[in-house]
Amino acid sequence: MLTNEEIREIESEAATYPRRDAACIDALKTVQRRRGWVSDQSVRDIAGLLGMSPEDVDGVATFYNLIFRRPVGRHVILLCDSVSCWVMGYEEIRDRLSEVLGVGLGQTTADNRFTLLPIVCLGCCDRAPAMMVGKDLHTNLDRESIARVLEGYR
Amino acid sequence: MTIDAKPLTEKMRADGLPVELQEYERAGGYQAVRKMLREMEPRQVTQMVKDANLRGRGGAGFPTGTKWSFVALGSEVPNPTYLICNADEMEPGTFKDRLLMERDPHEVLEGMICAAFAIEADIAYVFVRAEYSDAADRVEQAIAEAGAAGYLGKNILDSPFSLEIRVHRSAGRYMCGDETGLLNALEGKRANPRMKPPFPTTAGLFGKPTVVNNVETLCCVSHIVKNGAEWFRNLSRTKDGGTKLYGISGKVKRPGLWELPMGTTGREILEEHAGGMRDGVKFRGLIPGGASTEFIVDKDLDLPMDFSGLAPAGSRLGTGTMILLDDKTCPVGMVRNLTAFFARESCGWCTPCWSGLQWAERILTAMEDGRGEDGDVEQLGQLAKWWAPGNTFCALAPGAAEPLESGLRHFRADFDAHVSEKRCPWK
Repeated sequence: MLTNEEIREIESEAATYPRRDAACIDALKTVQRRRGWVSDQSVRDIAGLLGMSPEDVDGVATFYNLIFRRPVGRHVILLCDSVSCWVMGYEEIRDRLSEVLGVGLGQTTADNRFTLLPIVCLGCCDRAPAMMVGKDLHTNLDRESIARVLEGYR
Repeated sequence: MTIDAKPLTEKMRADGLPVELQEYERAGGYQAVRKMLREMEPRQVTQMVKDANLRGRGGAGFPTGTKWSFVALGSEVPNPTYLICNADEMEPGTFKDRLLMERDPHEVLEGMICAAFAIEADIAYVFVRAEYSDAADRVEQAIAEAGAAGYLGKNILDSPFSLEIRVHRSAGRYMCGDETGLLNALEGKRANPRMKPPFPTTAGLFGKPTVVNNVETLCCVSHIVKNGAEWFRNLSRTKDGGTKLYGISGKVKRPGLWELPMGTTGREILEEHAGGMRDGVKFRGLIPGGASTEFIVDKDLDLPMDFSGLAPAGSRLGTGTMILLDDKTCPVGMVRNLTAFFARESCGWCTPCWSGLQWAERILTAMEDGRGEDGDVEQLGQLAKWWAPGNTFCALAPGAAEPLESGLRHFRADFDAHVSEKRCPWK
């Protein structure tokens, strides 16, 4: 079930478009902002609210890199693996992150603190290698700074 | 004579905070909007932008005034007409639109107001990639400031022109940067491309006339309106008007972004601004900007970097943010990384793209792992041919062909060595 607050937010987005179903992505983001990810039930709830089939909503949800259809940890790490970061040392950063966290790409730590995901170019290539943790951008990464950066996220 | 001016970046603050409304106005901001609403008609604005030789800075370089002129004007046109600022910057190696939005969001908005006036748009969107949350916040803040000051909303500065600008934050996919992919994303769908024609200027967002312009393109517009077409042309060293944000990433001494006259050479940007290669590595090549452009090599570095200047080298400007290949980095690995990006971001709509890119990625990965076979290089060349423009629904696969085909052309010996030696010589 969507909360009243979620419904209000989705309705206010839907009202700005000529068609309700245009608010599909906004609705997915609204739900994910509060719950961290989008469950099958949420897909059905959004479909009902916007007058779409659950299959269509799921088709949209599974298309976008940053809509999560599985649970994620408290903090999502997005590690850029595109060309400039690759040239500047992405592989070393990836290996160091796996060492420190004890998980590989696509996995969540046992304590649910971090999920480690690859992401395409973050658009700060002159400060490569880079990653995001939640909304925060971390640049000019090296092996030594990884543990310190992660400490800031409980 | 080239005027030495940096209109796009000169207002930016050293502390990295966005230029606030009062600062922006004090430095001459929104004077273009005042002048335009007082003295000009929409068609005049479009003509001025045409005369300025402004070409799109999102990668395709289409003449901006020409695109605007495709939008029908007048009271019989089905409304609303939409203007969309394409802020979905995800082309690998590209980081210029982030700077413009984070550091001078009013410049983006003022350009949008002028563009919207020229095409008689009623509603405008800033379509921001999901990861640029600070940029989206700052643009939203600037919209609130501009609205409060009367530059947005109904009857702007007591003129008949009204405009609302909304920010849409994406959910993450490279195809949202494609013009019609963006329209589908804004309509709440998967960002597959649409058939063209009809072009968005005829039938775009929700079937209505729509212009999609890049952030940097729009940032040029208020300066053209304020200072004139001739002034804008004179900023450039060549016939493509204006300045350009050029960038360099990779193993140079000073990676960064610089506003320079359009047509500056690669060598000048590399040596004078980026400080040349780092100690211990040598230049082997670069991709002009970003991932979906062709490698050029040292002999090409004296060509002017404008929209046609790199053609003799078999390349093109694209976004103008360059990615350097040094001699300690494996070219096959670099091409593999680029191909993997395109493969992952393919929307899956058409076979040569989704199937072909995965195939190419598998071959390149095998080569890097020492499992390359005779015929692999030929197969890669064939795949690049299959991605020619017109064989696929959009420009993603043709873009992927550019670094692959040019990589094979310039670094063939390295590809062959991976196969014959059954290893990556750089590992």
